[in-house]
Amino acid sequence: MQTASRVLNHLKVAFPRTVPILLGYLFLGIAFGILLTEKGYHWLWAVFMGLVIYAGMGQFVAVNMLLPGVNFLNAFLLQLTLNARHIFYGLSMLETFKIMGKRKPYMIFALTDETYSLLCSAKVPAGIDARNYYFFIALLNQGYWILGCALGGLIGSLLTFNSTGIDFIMTALFLTIAVDQWRETKDHIPVFTGFACALLCLLLFGANHFIIPSLLCITVCLLILRKPMENREAKEKAAIREVDTDAL
Amino acid sequence: MLSNTSMLLYVLITAAAVIITRGFTFLLFPAGKQTPKVILFLGKALPCALMALLIVYCLKNTSPLLYPYGLPEAIAIAAVILLHLWKKNNLLSIAGGTILYMILVQFVF
Repeated sequence: MQTASRVLNHLKVAFPRTVPILLGYLFLGIAFGILLTEKGYHWLWAVFMGLVIYAGMGQFVAVNMLLPGVNFLNAFLLQLTLNARHIFYGLSMLETFKIMGKRKPYMIFALTDETYSLLCSAKVPAGIDARNYYFFIALLNQGYWILGCALGGLIGSLLTFNSTGIDFIMTALFLTIAVDQWRETKDHIPVFTGFACALLCLLLFGANHFIIPSLLCITVCLLILRKPMENREAKEKAAIREVDTDAL
Repeated sequence: MLSNTSMLLYVLITAAAVIITRGFTFLLFPAGKQTPKVILFLGKALPCALMALLIVYCLKNTSPLLYPYGLPEAIAIAAVILLHLWKKNNLLSIAGGTILYMILVQFVF
């Protein structure tokens, strides 16, 4: 009983953080379910894909490629490049996931764009076990995704509400996280680097092929800027220390 | 349509590709070993940069040259940022901005 109430308590704390994902994933998942069942596949395939693939962009591309005579090797290679951005998400989660213990394999499996963005900005509330907090955020998100896939496959074609523009929910989520990050960090070089590289690569490579070049460009720029950034941080720390000793 | 067996194989191959990309970094830098300093630096600097990339990704099909010139997006983005600076409430900023955007693209533009 105690474990049950502890689990419930952690769910209660994690749930509010995930509400934007609930809405976004339900919508995207439903869209995916409709797309797959329209191709003639049973709705359970949509659920199965949400369960074992669990990648929004990856699943949409997988459905688009689902033609007779699809080349499995090509599909595999395309998915590798399409999802290569996850390698970079992993870099920021190396330290965070060190404490995850038995939950770590699932956390790695479930590291979608949206879960990554929540984990980046998650502040563990007092009295809450960080491991469970992170774990439930990841688990709830996948639950929403699977639910969306199922709903789309089952009743998707019956939905008539005009949802044009609801996809902006993900933009809004990423924006609020960016605003939070802006407030919490002193050094704004990374965010400017990100915007500059992404916009430049979007112009150069076009909307369908700019993610990988952007990731490489961002990484190279940050590595070049590492020394100046660290020097500035060291200077600021020294300045604070000086003020402290003056006060003494 | 693919047969059930081919479909199962297709789904598993796709899943394998996704898992490889998600696990790659963790295999390269196991928890037991000291992670190189430069990697830790990237881990700290990347979240802000990647959030910028994700925002650009969401807006990649918005054209400032064609009607409505990205105006619905610009207005909704401004609304999200201002709401968030003002009230600091995630849900309010996200719901407010999205509802405003839906009204703009469905009824105004």
